[in-house]
Amino acid sequence: MWGYLLRRLFESALILLGITFVTFVLLYLVPADPARQIAGRSATAATVDNIRNQLGLNDPLVVQYWRYLTGLAQGDMGRSYLQRAEVSSLIASRLPASLLLMVSAIVTELIMGLTIGVVAALRRNRPVDHSLMIFSFVAISAPQFVIGILLLYVFAVQLGWFPIGGYGTFAHLVLPSITLGLLGAGWYSRMMRSSMIEVLNQDLVRTARAKGLSKLRIVAGHVMPNAILPIIAMIGIDIGLFMSGIVVVESVFGWPGIGQLAWQAIQRIDIPVIMGVTMVSATAIVLGNLIADLVAPLIDPRIKTK
Amino acid sequence: MKTILLSGIAGFALAASGALAQVDEDAPQGGEMAVTYQDDVATLDPAIGYDWQNWSMIKSLFDGLMGYEPGTTTLRNELAESYDVSEDGLTHTFVLKDGIKFHNGREITAEDVKYSLERVTNPETRSPGAGFFGMIEGFDSWNTGEGEGLSGVSVIDDKTVEITLSRPDATFGHVMALNFASIVPQEAVEEAGEDFGRQPVGSGAFRLAEWTPGQQLVFERFEEYHRAGVPKLDSVTFNIGLDPTVALLRIQNGDADIPGDGIPPAQFLQVTGDAAYDDQIVEGGQLQTGYITMNTQMAPFDDVEVRRAMNMAINKDRIVQMINNRAVPANQPLPPTMPGYDADYEGYAYDPEAARQMLADAGFPDGFETELYVMNVDPNPRIAQAIQQDLSEIGVTAQIRSLAQANVIAAGGEADQAPMIWSGGMAWIADFPDPSNFYGPILGCAGATPGGWNWSWYCNEDIDARATEADAMVGEAAAREDAWRQIYVDIMADAPWVPVFNEQRFTLHSDNVAGDDSLFVDPVHIPVNYDYIYATEAQ
Repeated sequence: MWGYLLRRLFESALILLGITFVTFVLLYLVPADPARQIAGRSATAATVDNIRNQLGLNDPLVVQYWRYLTGLAQGDMGRSYLQRAEVSSLIASRLPASLLLMVSAIVTELIMGLTIGVVAALRRNRPVDHSLMIFSFVAISAPQFVIGILLLYVFAVQLGWFPIGGYGTFAHLVLPSITLGLLGAGWYSRMMRSSMIEVLNQDLVRTARAKGLSKLRIVAGHVMPNAILPIIAMIGIDIGLFMSGIVVVESVFGWPGIGQLAWQAIQRIDIPVIMGVTMVSATAIVLGNLIADLVAPLIDPRIKTK
Repeated sequence: MKTILLSGIAGFALAASGALAQVDEDAPQGGEMAVTYQDDVATLDPAIGYDWQNWSMIKSLFDGLMGYEPGTTTLRNELAESYDVSEDGLTHTFVLKDGIKFHNGREITAEDVKYSLERVTNPETRSPGAGFFGMIEGFDSWNTGEGEGLSGVSVIDDKTVEITLSRPDATFGHVMALNFASIVPQEAVEEAGEDFGRQPVGSGAFRLAEWTPGQQLVFERFEEYHRAGVPKLDSVTFNIGLDPTVALLRIQNGDADIPGDGIPPAQFLQVTGDAAYDDQIVEGGQLQTGYITMNTQMAPFDDVEVRRAMNMAINKDRIVQMINNRAVPANQPLPPTMPGYDADYEGYAYDPEAARQMLADAGFPDGFETELYVMNVDPNPRIAQAIQQDLSEIGVTAQIRSLAQANVIAAGGEADQAPMIWSGGMAWIADFPDPSNFYGPILGCAGATPGGWNWSWYCNEDIDARATEADAMVGEAAAREDAWRQIYVDIMADAPWVPVFNEQRFTLHSDNVAGDDSLFVDPVHIPVNYDYIYATEAQ
């Protein structure tokens, strides 16, 4: 187990190193010149060159990359070109909001997805099942931007139950979590439904029924624990999905997370911030996958860690 | 040395911008307002901030020696009690008002002026505005990292600063009204270091009371502001991170007063057609021109007849209609609200028949193939398609190259890359209300260098000399304006651009706040002049 963990951690570090390299090279290849962006349109060529020198942008790619890596190893992610603030402090001030939204969206998608999946499986091929599956189809296909605006319009503007975007209280959290969780809820309800149906058809269920167990005990005690396994493994992978959704949802609801930070940095070629946000999200995705792999054998002893 | 009062610049701008706005200077103080924005504020450091969102915020937090009458392009003294210019136009003397203070309570002295100007031009500061101060003596050596400070700026006594220029420049008053010329306290800058943009200390009408990144900023009234009775509001709250569509919902709900990003294009017709908004929508001109550049160093655009034909081929009215009339058709580089605009100039009429004939006479009876570069954000690709269609009417096949903003700018800055560029989303909005601001970087020889903004690569040395001459006409406002007017008319004879339209600004405000319409579309404070808007409940 520990050997496995160490090996996986080492692999994760390698993956992250690869990501820094790819991102760095891509940003280096972008034809737009950050120095020119900083210098403004009134600048002379000499001024632009001066800025390029100050930021070390005239150095060869390898030198720049090495400087970035050695800084990163010491916990220094550099300073934003535009805001001039430390990238680490910019990210630190926004990460809690993103994490809160992400955790709350995971809870939302699990509650919604599992409930819908279980109900649909138990009412298979009946109108309830059909309408729930249509709902999950819509949840998967609808753009998050549209869902967010729609929820805001109905529940915040018309009904006045929630504030119109913003951050701070539990009421602020509800609509963004639902918007972000809806996509996952759609997937999970479909997975849970088919997983339940598969288990329901297995021998253990027939045996349990033959023993005279109540329907509730069969479903709660035997079917659900078996059916839920593939879904747990998915949650870790989900974090990657959330990282893309979070940019959209945060911008609709004015949620002060890293998605918002990333979006602005990309528009203004603020390379240190783009690198920083990429690193943080990549770390989250890699860790999520790692945790999913580590948790799986705990739930299902048939899966072994090697 | 004889000095002349520089009422000239003020008078000339005033005449051009029409009547003075009826700003109610005696409006009651009190109340508050909420403004929404999608993007977080990048910085509030006046030496660094250079986007339209923080431009106006910085104007409320900081003051320079010069400023503008609210709602107009009329220059006025701000922190300066007096401003004198020597007859040769080279020595500019400013005397500070008495008893003006920074937000930290310290009185402003002439040393602060010198420090602030040296800070913005110091290469270490990496200010996007440093280039504006190029006329100050000693700029070149100081800005390239040599020498000790700006030799042209000298402190005469506690209240007096004398600035020597290396060439006479009639725009210097405007330059001193730019945010980049704001006066900052050295001790606060040094204490905050690189974080000064997050902890700004100025002498403006408001001071920063709170900044929660990604959420909100709160400005509070600066009680010791040097203008009595200003600002009107007790506080302004900026709610950050709200999509323009969501911002509109907030305003409908009474949770916000002004959408900082304007009326979202998707809702434009719905909002402007809704009677409920009738009293709340304000329309104003903008110091902006959208144009098509034709690279005068690339065939076939090296032929002036071809460029003139292009000018006659574009149906500008249709393009303006396409963007829901959020602009007015243009026929010259300067926008109508800019001094030097020639209202009598008729420009090139839309006449595809004549244009085709001109092309044939120039040796292109069957037209030619070319490329049109455009920024890939709506509505610009749609506008490019309209241009493409108009050109096909005269036999010109234009392939559209729709790219990210930075890539289009990069292509324009190369001599042989982009035959045609539609400027929308990139250029050109004036930095200050003076006709010279539409020349140097975008039409002058100096801008026709690699990485420059003169995407036509147009360089007419005769006109360049006349531009230099016009800028040296200190204290001859009317003559100078005439000189510039003639320069732009003559440029149009060379036709390096097809001027297409001048954008109009449309904004909206709730019933909770009021003020003259001009304040909500202030040409200098974009999107609104925070200092003079008042709360209706305070009345």
